[in-house]
Amino acid sequence: MFGINQNCEIALPDTYYTLEDYQSNVPRWCPGCGDNSILTSVQRLCRDEQLPPEKTVFVSGIGCSSRFPHYMGTYGFHGLHGRALPIAQGVKIRRPDLDVFVNMGDGDCCSIGTAHWIHAVRYNMNLVALLHDNEIYGLTKMQVSPTSPQGLVTNTTPRGAFLKPIKPLSVTLGISNVSFVAQVAEWMPELMYDVLKMAYHHKGFSFVRVVQRCPHFTPHVFDNILSPDAALLLQHDDGLRSSDTMLKIYKSQEEHDPSNLNRARELAEREDCLPVGILYRNENVEVYDETRRRKRAVTHEMRKAALEKEFSKFLVEPVTGGNGHA
Amino acid sequence: MDKVETLEEVSSALTGEKKKIVLKEHIVEIVSDAGEGAQKAGQAFGAISARSGNGIWTVEIIPAEIQPPPRSKAGGSGNRIRVGSFYVTNAGDEADLVVAFNEQALLGRFESDNLKPNAIILLENKWREHADPEIKKLYRDTMEELKNTKLRIYEVPMERECLKIVDNAQRGKNMWALGMLCSVYSRDMEAARNEIRLTFAKKGEKVIKPNIDLLEAGYDWAEKNLDFKFEIPSAGITKPQIVVNGNQAIALGVVASGMDVCAMYPITPATSASHFLSEIFENVGGVVHQAEDEIAAAAFAVGASYAGKCAVTITSGPGMSLKTEVLGLASMAEIPLVIVDVQRGGPSTGLPTKVEQGDLLMSVFHTHGDAPKIVMAPATIEDCFYAPITARKIAETFRMPVYVLSDANLATGQQPFTKPEFKEEWVAPPFDQSPVPKGKAPYDWDEETGLSKRIIPGQPNGMHTVTGLAHSNMSKVAYEPKTNQDGCDSRSKKLAAFQKTLQTPKVYGKESGDVLLVGWGSTKGVIEEAVDAANEKGYAVSSLHLKYLQPMASGIKEILQNYKKVITIEINYSDDRKYQIFDENNRRYANLAWLLRARYLIDVDNWSNVYGQPMKPHSILDMLNEHFAK
Ligand SMILES: Cc1ncc(C[n+]2csc(CCOP(=O)(O)OP(=O)(O)O)c2C)c(N)n1
Ligand code: SF4
Ligand SMILES: [Mg+2]
Repeated sequence: MFGINQNCEIALPDTYYTLEDYQSNVPRWCPGCGDNSILTSVQRLCRDEQLPPEKTVFVSGIGCSSRFPHYMGTYGFHGLHGRALPIAQGVKIRRPDLDVFVNMGDGDCCSIGTAHWIHAVRYNMNLVALLHDNEIYGLTKMQVSPTSPQGLVTNTTPRGAFLKPIKPLSVTLGISNVSFVAQVAEWMPELMYDVLKMAYHHKGFSFVRVVQRCPHFTPHVFDNILSPDAALLLQHDDGLRSSDTMLKIYKSQEEHDPSNLNRARELAEREDCLPVGILYRNENVEVYDETRRRKRAVTHEMRKAALEKEFSKFLVEPVTGGNGHA
Repeated sequence: MDKVETLEEVSSALTGEKKKIVLKEHIVEIVSDAGEGAQKAGQAFGAISARSGNGIWTVEIIPAEIQPPPRSKAGGSGNRIRVGSFYVTNAGDEADLVVAFNEQALLGRFESDNLKPNAIILLENKWREHADPEIKKLYRDTMEELKNTKLRIYEVPMERECLKIVDNAQRGKNMWALGMLCSVYSRDMEAARNEIRLTFAKKGEKVIKPNIDLLEAGYDWAEKNLDFKFEIPSAGITKPQIVVNGNQAIALGVVASGMDVCAMYPITPATSASHFLSEIFENVGGVVHQAEDEIAAAAFAVGASYAGKCAVTITSGPGMSLKTEVLGLASMAEIPLVIVDVQRGGPSTGLPTKVEQGDLLMSVFHTHGDAPKIVMAPATIEDCFYAPITARKIAETFRMPVYVLSDANLATGQQPFTKPEFKEEWVAPPFDQSPVPKGKAPYDWDEETGLSKRIIPGQPNGMHTVTGLAHSNMSKVAYEPKTNQDGCDSRSKKLAAFQKTLQTPKVYGKESGDVLLVGWGSTKGVIEEAVDAANEKGYAVSSLHLKYLQPMASGIKEILQNYKKVITIEINYSDDRKYQIFDENNRRYANLAWLLRARYLIDVDNWSNVYGQPMKPHSILDMLNEHFAK
């Protein structure tokens, strides 16, 4: 009665991407490094979303975590320390057909690339940014990071880190045009997957801080939050609803409406627990790459016409004979 | 270039009855306080002259501050227009005639040696009876002082005359002055009226009418009251010309090149290129992205280019310094990119509004390690238009950053050039995104040329990760020593392959002789004019102008060898041998001299300075006089 066409064929995609399609080189991270688990979640997401590998780009900075693109079977751009975001923005600005992800370390994002981080939030471009926050400089061998806890002994602070850490979530939530902020720990693969999925589907700039273990240099920084009791699982119909298993493991929970920016900021400031899930989500923020999208295809004729129009404004046609008189 | 009559002759002719004196060229300046419209009047005078078939070169006179105090020596703002009955290639020597709206602006120009000693001055005289006794006194004292000079000063009641037509002379004096100039240079008044209609087209008849009235009043006043009149015959230019400055030309060139993205951060004197581009780029699908800083701008451009949308980033010296790391990445990852550097005085913040050619060595060598890139320098405003088109082609063909070194001189200079006819081949065809054969190397370096076909996101089977780390042809991180050597070899081969396509530049003047002057960038016209003047004095001097600085064309060494002495002429720093402490063991040369000496093992000398001033033909001639007097 709905006019079902008996002759219709269901078009099945002729390619189905498997996990292997998203794999490339064997990761060279240390055993137990949290980056491995982030990689697995991301590959699962790509597979489940069936992202064509040729239409997917991972852009990173420099650091252990920034090796990420090399391990993906997609396109990748392993850029410069701190500069992943502006490179990713450039990739996206005229290629709406590409899904662009960004991997940054805490040094990348919160130190050398801080200006780009702030402005990336403000541009609110369609990108998914993952901050691999191990609270230490890994690649360069254990120097203090802006996110290191005060007192942490590192190679540049042998008597303990001097300063209180920056709070990446609070900073991000303080910037105008913020549209998606989430936090997760890489040892919660199921939640990480759910969060990444929401981040991927979000329209605008999705910022996800992934708390990431570095067993090699800072085996103990996360001791106080490793236990399931330390996590505060954020739940909401407009955010995430976790599985029963998750709800059983992570007993401490909060109904948090992700449109509530003030509450999100309060959560971001909490030091007694690790709020995980979606802190903030607002799809009504202008998206820079859409605002600046090309209005229509440009033909040679249009280009020529545009140039002629400009030329005509600056044209001088010499009067024959040259010297006229008044 | 000799004038039909020298200024001395003009001056003596002035004493008699008013007759029309025919000149080969004149340099006219019009200066006012900022906001009094001298620039507009100057530009209009230039355009009217170009319409009359004259060769012209106009350049802005810019105060260093945004809001300089009124009536100050450093605050003069306006235009210099060199008008000739030949194709004018540079701003020339000192001014012959100056219209000044106050005596301090005039003094500023006089004391900075921008005027001929016996220049004609048309000076607003309202200050003589000014209500403020200090101003009145300053004006009168200055006039007394100037009596001791050879300047030929006419005190002109500009304001008084304007007030007969409008209520506020501040806003119309420039057009009155334009009318006066039209009388002095026998300009076609209909052309002048048309120019005003064009200038104020957006504002409508209400604005056009009083301005035309002012123009005519200025003209009539000069006809009645000035005892001289000039004529500069046409240069015979008949083709339609475009009159824009170098920055506008670059912006138009970017549009013509079909590039998609310009990422920039504001910096003098480059910004006006981006201003203009922002106005027009979106009409052709482009985007001007003002990034949070120059590093981001360069990285954004690299990202866009990597994704197959060729990008340009426009900046000046300090921005170049910041972009360095990203440009190295572009070279390493073989991402095409166009970088426009509108050079200004350095180092550090330096002379933001003034000209210098100090970024050549930086462009060739900056970034750590070996990062091949191509450096070219437009010599004329016309070159500025074509440079982005050529640069993009080269960048994409050779997968390399291409630097376009303009400078403050070109940025604000205007010189008409033949209206370009758009050609489809200027615009690269859209990137072929068809699938690539499985296993195809993203850097399939040709053994001989190092060239390889780019693979961009979107192409099935081509997936790989580009990296600034040393990498193999598969873009895999290099763990074997040989891999890095191979990569560096391949990237350098591309530069050599490009070099093979360059034509030997042509010598201006005789193919051998006593002195060869070698220049690059905006000084071409000045140097060639100096060569002409030197030849007329009987000196065996020629010149060579280089548009490609890295790499340089073959055959240059052979050219240099044909002269007893080779001297580069540059607007950048070199040690002055008048200081004892500089000797052959520590002497630092000008940018191009270093390059020529290193490559050709020839004892190239240099003549350079960092006054931040456009070079004057006669100052080069003075240097040659000294050289031949030895
Ligand atoms: C301009 C620049 N400065 C410094 C470095 C050295 N460097 C590489 S990675 C890094 C910090 C790595 O820490 P983080 O960003 O937290 O990444 P992680 O290794 O912890 O994943 C530094 C300082 C560099 N590559 N480039
Ligand atoms: S040093 Fe730390 S962050 Fe780096 S790979 Fe090893 S465990 Fe991971
Ligand atoms: Mg880190």
